Amino acid sequence: MSPRPGHHSCCDGYTRSQLLRSAAAEAGQGLPAIEPGMPEPAGTGLSRRKFLSRGAGLALAVYGASKIPLSAFQTGIAQAAQGDKILVSIFFDGGIDALSVLAPVGDSRYAQLRPNLALPPGAGTTFAEDTSLQWHPSAAALATLHGEGKVSAFPAIGYDHPDQSHFTSRHYYEIGELQVGYRTGWLGRYLDAVGDDENPLQGLSLDGSLSPMIATAEKPVAAIDSVDGYDLWSRVSDPIEAEMFRSFARFGALPADSPGLAQVRRAASQTDKLRQDLAGVGEFSSPVAYPDDWFAHKLAGLAAYIAVGLPMRVVTVRAPGGYDTHADQAGDLEDNLRRTCEGILAFQRDLETRGLADRVLIEMWSEFGRRPEENGSLGTDHGAAGCAFVIGSKAKGEMVGEFPGLSSLDEDDNLRVTSDFRGMYCSLLEQWLEFDAEAIIPGASGFARPTLVKA
Amino acid sequence: MAIPQQKPVAARPGQRRHKRRHVWKDKHYRWVPDGTGDWRVQGFVFRHRHKPKKGHFRGPGPKPARQVPAAAPPAPERSDPRPPGAFQGAFGHAQAVRLLQRAGFGPVPGQADELVSLGLAGAVQSLTRPSGSAHLSGPSPRDDDGNPLAPADAWGHDHLWWLDRMVRSDQPLVERMALIWHDWFATSNANVSKAQQMIDQSNIFRARCFGSFLDLFRAVTIDPAMLQWLNGNENFKWAPNENYAREMMELFSLGADRGAYSEDDIREQARALTGWRSDWSSEEGEHNFRFEPKWHDTGAKTVFGRAGNWGWEDACRLCVEHPLHPSFFVAKLWSYFVPTPPSDSVREGLEGTYVSSGWQIRPVLEAILMSPELYEGPPMVKPPVVQLATMLRALGRPIDTGAWVWLCEEAGQRLFWPPNVSGWDDNRWLDTSRMRARWNLVTYALEEVSVDAWSDDYSTTETPEEALARAVAAWGSPELRSEHRDELLDFGRRSETLILANWQKGPYRALRQNALLQLIGVSPDTILQ
Repeated sequence: MSPRPGHHSCCDGYTRSQLLRSAAAEAGQGLPAIEPGMPEPAGTGLSRRKFLSRGAGLALAVYGASKIPLSAFQTGIAQAAQGDKILVSIFFDGGIDALSVLAPVGDSRYAQLRPNLALPPGAGTTFAEDTSLQWHPSAAALATLHGEGKVSAFPAIGYDHPDQSHFTSRHYYEIGELQVGYRTGWLGRYLDAVGDDENPLQGLSLDGSLSPMIATAEKPVAAIDSVDGYDLWSRVSDPIEAEMFRSFARFGALPADSPGLAQVRRAASQTDKLRQDLAGVGEFSSPVAYPDDWFAHKLAGLAAYIAVGLPMRVVTVRAPGGYDTHADQAGDLEDNLRRTCEGILAFQRDLETRGLADRVLIEMWSEFGRRPEENGSLGTDHGAAGCAFVIGSKAKGEMVGEFPGLSSLDEDDNLRVTSDFRGMYCSLLEQWLEFDAEAIIPGASGFARPTLVKA
Repeated sequence: MAIPQQKPVAARPGQRRHKRRHVWKDKHYRWVPDGTGDWRVQGFVFRHRHKPKKGHFRGPGPKPARQVPAAAPPAPERSDPRPPGAFQGAFGHAQAVRLLQRAGFGPVPGQADELVSLGLAGAVQSLTRPSGSAHLSGPSPRDDDGNPLAPADAWGHDHLWWLDRMVRSDQPLVERMALIWHDWFATSNANVSKAQQMIDQSNIFRARCFGSFLDLFRAVTIDPAMLQWLNGNENFKWAPNENYAREMMELFSLGADRGAYSEDDIREQARALTGWRSDWSSEEGEHNFRFEPKWHDTGAKTVFGRAGNWGWEDACRLCVEHPLHPSFFVAKLWSYFVPTPPSDSVREGLEGTYVSSGWQIRPVLEAILMSPELYEGPPMVKPPVVQLATMLRALGRPIDTGAWVWLCEEAGQRLFWPPNVSGWDDNRWLDTSRMRARWNLVTYALEEVSVDAWSDDYSTTETPEEALARAVAAWGSPELRSEHRDELLDFGRRSETLILANWQKGPYRALRQNALLQLIGVSPDTILQ
């Protein structure tokens, strides 16, 4: 009997890289040289060749296997390495209590409205741009970055006639317009305009499902549930496996006669592309210490992805925990806010260490703030104006819109709005992503653009 | 997670305020019952809290369906002739499969043909009018160690327990409707003390899945899991908690952005719902749920313009009696079964059926399940647990592993843990993360069916056609779209060209078989219903 290939040990144990290696060897190609003119991945400390070699699967996926068309991915890496900017969106799900994150301890009504929940003066760092405000002690990491001029705070962001439904208000923020029923997110429309037809990594959600913010009409986008790898397991190994994936991809490429079928085809097609793009991407190390926490782990993985030049433009991630604190607000908020802010600080330090900090800007938001007056359950009900932050080495670091005070609330006894979230979006598009906001945000000309990015 | 209950502090005088500094009044029009079951237009003064735009909508909107005094639903009786408006085409194998997929969890081998013999009406009624309690047939569920499930105690066994009912119950529509109500009244174990309370809630959904929506709504309103999830047990007259009041209108009965209610209605409704409480202990979490009359706000409340000393039962009734409720109910229930919205005439007909039956669920459901749109319209994406249960039924596999818990979670649907109070988003079942999870669900489902590629006994002569026939049969002989069949045959032929050495003839054919099984499982034919 002739020798056989090794037995497969687990589902994907008989790896794709073996197939690719043999395919490359058969084709007489081997590992290619770095092509002339290709830049090194920024800030990785690795030469391009080292990066490409660090996972044989990836190296070969990019260069070795002529069967797999990866030219766009290749292009994407080259583009990313040239310094494309990345916007990271972090979402506080449920409506975070802005009056705890930046607590108006200097406002005489605060303690009256919050007999149980008011933070005591001196509990956290004073907010230098408006000394009546004080950072929540759990936001100390954010206060540190603010002190370094890397945080632009919006103490009362929202829109006129605030809607107090989670789902409606969140939808407005996701689509960048006060309408219901949009199918594309504001960043999805941006990707439709500038994105690549073959690169799902250009819009990436790290939460196991796609954020509606990056929902596109045409261009591929991706979601992953772990930064530690993206594998499709099967009891099929080389060389049949490659043909199986080719058929899977063809299921995705066939015409569709209904929206449901189109949805499945699109998902199959993008899944197969992502499988190839992330082949060999798995283990990573970080140059700085991160908190022992899954949220921080995601950001650590993201920093490593940026460092190796994965072609991302927009990334979304949810802050840990839920912020719909109708009851027992203090404890939940304290834990979740701390995890969020400490993770962000470590991420920023990581990017600074790798020399990548000028390429990444974080936008942190929530669908609304909470009612200034606490309820009877040691919690707060849905409110109007909330808080948002733009964070990064390139952030302008100046407060946008003043804190409106608690002495004159709106008609529903909620915090008044002093900045519009669509103005923030316009600024991020124009100043950071360098794209005309008029093409993305309906009515963009009507919004003032705060300066959010350092010149 | 629950935190020890705080006894409400004494009322703080002057804390409740409804200051209205700026109010713009104008005349609006609305539909009110005329006493004969019909509706008439009534003018009323509307107090705008924001300056209204010129020419803004002032009512009265479309006339609601005629209201007929609630009557007891007619005793269900099986009938074969198809009612007017029903699908008039042939009710054959394909139609029976679609019915079983949308009103259950797909067929077990042979089941579709049994249904065909009942005719359309008989088939639908066999699902909507089950008799007695459900019978679970086949091997009982086990965990990975072969032990029986402990759904209230062991991590993930709640999910497996329900999944097993989906796979084995002879009343599949009861389980499917329970899943729909679980999505409609989405409650998550994330803020509920005990898994048993979630299971108890799902049993409310089973017991009341075909009856009066008002009864179901009331049962859910004071269900311990829901009382915890939306803070109904922390809503007292001293300081109302608006959480349930808002969601009961927005998500459960009326819908957002339709002008059905105002922020004032929510605040007043919250007062109507006051008075439910529970005790907390570290051993039991929240328990001893009860209505405390002294904690209920007995003052007059005005909800939807109707004033009275409303309580929690009234709160539910006011929502259901709202003229915009029947259209919400019909559109939402329809959307679980048909991916395109009903035409105006179909919707009006269903609203009429709903209202004239006294808000009964079954007559509307039967009409939807017999509608032409269900059989002639486009396919829709199966929710992940529906796909899994369908696959396990087709493969004849009982629940024997806890892997389904995390695999379903990755696919986006862990039972008893919906993402939020609006339930799962049916438009977002598929992206690269969830598609990967479905792929891996298929891999796990095929554990017993896949062949060992490296044993010596696989056929060395199997043709691509024979290979495909074998794989399709293993999946219970589903219909495949012709272009998928063509692709699978092409794959079969491509695979054969890779056989270069004699020793590869059997193993590569075995790998091909495993790949065909996998590809059928991840094809649109399996993912769609």
